[in-house]
This record gives sequence, C-alpha cells and structure tokens, in this order.
Amino acid sequence: MNIVWVLLLCVSIVFAVINGKLDELTKSIFDAGKSAVEVSLFLAGIVSLWLGITKIVEDSGLIHRLSRFFQPLVSRLFRGIPKDHPSVAPITLNILANLFGLGNAATPLGIKAMQELQTLNTDKETVSFEMMLFIVINTASIQLIPFTVIGILSDFGSRNPTAIVLPTIIATLISAFCALATLFLFRKLLK
Amino acid sequence: MKTISILSQLAIPLFILFAVLYGVARKVRVYDSFVTGAKNGISTVIRIFPYLLAIFVAVKSFQASGAFNILKDLLAPLLAACNVPAEVLSVAIIKPLSGSASTGIFTDIVKTTGPDSAASIISAVIMGSAETTFYVLAVYLGAVGIRKTKYLIPVCVIGDIIGIVIAVSVVKLLFVF
Repeated sequence: MNIVWVLLLCVSIVFAVINGKLDELTKSIFDAGKSAVEVSLFLAGIVSLWLGITKIVEDSGLIHRLSRFFQPLVSRLFRGIPKDHPSVAPITLNILANLFGLGNAATPLGIKAMQELQTLNTDKETVSFEMMLFIVINTASIQLIPFTVIGILSDFGSRNPTAIVLPTIIATLISAFCALATLFLFRKLLK
Repeated sequence: MKTISILSQLAIPLFILFAVLYGVARKVRVYDSFVTGAKNGISTVIRIFPYLLAIFVAVKSFQASGAFNILKDLLAPLLAACNVPAEVLSVAIIKPLSGSASTGIFTDIVKTTGPDSAASIISAVIMGSAETTFYVLAVYLGAVGIRKTKYLIPVCVIGDIIGIVIAVSVVKLLFVF
C-alpha cells in the first residue's frame, strides 16, 4: 500500500501543477478528511449493529452450526482454516451478502471475518494467504443483480434495463476466476 | 429477477429474526449479547479511520489533479482500435478508486449517450462486475492492522484490469449495436 499511496500522491501533485489545478487539489485533500469522517460514521453504525447481531449468534452457538454447515464449501478454497473455526460463518455470510448486493451487511461481516482470520495469523503485521484469498473474492465483486445500475438505466428510460444482468454475471464470474488464478499464480511464483 | 429482488429484501430481516429467536430458544439474554457485541463497533471503526483517510486523500487528489484526463487521452487510441466507446474508460478507471464517483460518472454517461447505447451498456456491466478495490483494501486491512501486504495489491490491480477487459469482451460478444 505504501508504494500505491506515494505514487498516487506524487502523480496527483505533479499533474495538478501541470494542469494548473492546485486550488482544486488543495480543496480535495481537505474534502477527503470530511468524506473519511462521513464514511466512518456510517460504518460505525452498521459495524456496531452487525457486531451486536453476530454476538447473539456466537452466544447461542448458532455460529458453530453455521460454520459446520458451510465448512465443506469454504474449506475447498480456504485450506488453512481448521475445522469448525469461527471465521467460516462470517466468510460465508459476507460472500452471500455480496452475492445479493447487500453491501450494508457485507462490509461489517467482512471486517468480522478479517478479525477471525487474524486469530489464525502467525505474523500479525503481515497479511496471511487466507486473508488475501478473502479480499480478492471481495474485490472481484461476485454479485447476482446490480440493482443500483439497473435502477439508473431504467430511470433514464432504457428499453430493457435487465438485459445487463446476464452479461454482468458472466463477466463477474470469469473475472473472479481470473483474479483467484492470479493470486494462486503469484503464490506459486514467489514461493 | 423479481424473486432475487424479493429474496434480497427479505434476507436481512429474516436473518436477524432467526438469530434472535434461536438465541431466545437457547436461553441467551439476546439484548445483553447485542449490546456487548455492538460495544466493539466504534473501536473497530476508529482503528479503520486513519487507513480510510489515507486512501481518500490519495484518491480525491488524483481525481482533482486532472491526471486522470491525461491517462484517458493516452489510452484513447487503444480503445478506438478495439472499437470501444471512449466514455467507458472513465468508469473503468474510477470504479476501483471510488464508489460514489463512479456512480456519478456512470449516471452522466447514461444521461449523455442514452440508456441503450454501447457506452452505457458496457459501463453498466463494468459497474456491476467491478468493486471499489482500494476502499475494500483500506477497510479490511485497517480493521486488523495489517501493514505488510505481500503481493496482494498487484493481484488486486491485475484482477481489476482483467475484469474490465472481460466486461468489455462479454458485452461485445452478447450485444449487437
């Protein structure tokens, strides 16, 4: 992340000078502070809510039943997760929430999944392979129906706004597969 | 389509109802459990905040600098050669960086080129099949304080690029304009 951050900032500042947009750049840097607070406030609400719900699920033992139920699915990909580990439930629920476009549930469950994966991690400062796998699945965005996009298309009078559903599913599945393949390839090459 | 939409709307209320009722059946003091769990929410988000701020500063200044337009001009001949509308590039570049900005750009494309144009359809598929990668990275890595990311970032960026190429190709194959 370090390199990405330095690169983005340097490129931005250099080009802002070339394009004579230094005013806008300065404004945007302070805007970023505002956006970060707004997004965090929003996250604070939904993360607390879902941590509350998952605590109920943990205390009632439902999390172990869910984990056992989803184990066969998850352990195919996540080979480093031991049997009945509490990370299995949030990982699966996060993927399901993404599938159905429930971003408000997906992010908090994803955070929970990362925290559970961190308990398995031997080096707490370095990302584990299971975490990378989980993040790549998330950034590949496997979604069945892109509701927001369809909404915008139909707002502007598209003849058939749902025509994009099938191509979106095909594209998202192929690209998720490619992203996972890239991850496994990197692991193999850099071992 | 309809069923999936209904299922999506039902999923969260049903899940919460089931979790609570199951808890009650197991004699868990669900209210106390909820409050105890929710207590950790704020501290989690406070831990994420600096990561989020860092990524927002980089992304917002990149957008404001106009560097993006130069990248667009550079890639325009390549797009023209593949017979892809130039507008698509804006969505493709911004989507991994910012969710709200890409929605804005997408709405603009639909407004200016019409909802059934090639540009709109391709952008729609990119919108649906790509994710705000850097936001996800900041939030998830920030939540557990990971500092060394090994080869995760290159994998995500390559994944995004492949995803865009695939989205364009799938639309080109399935639609006739």
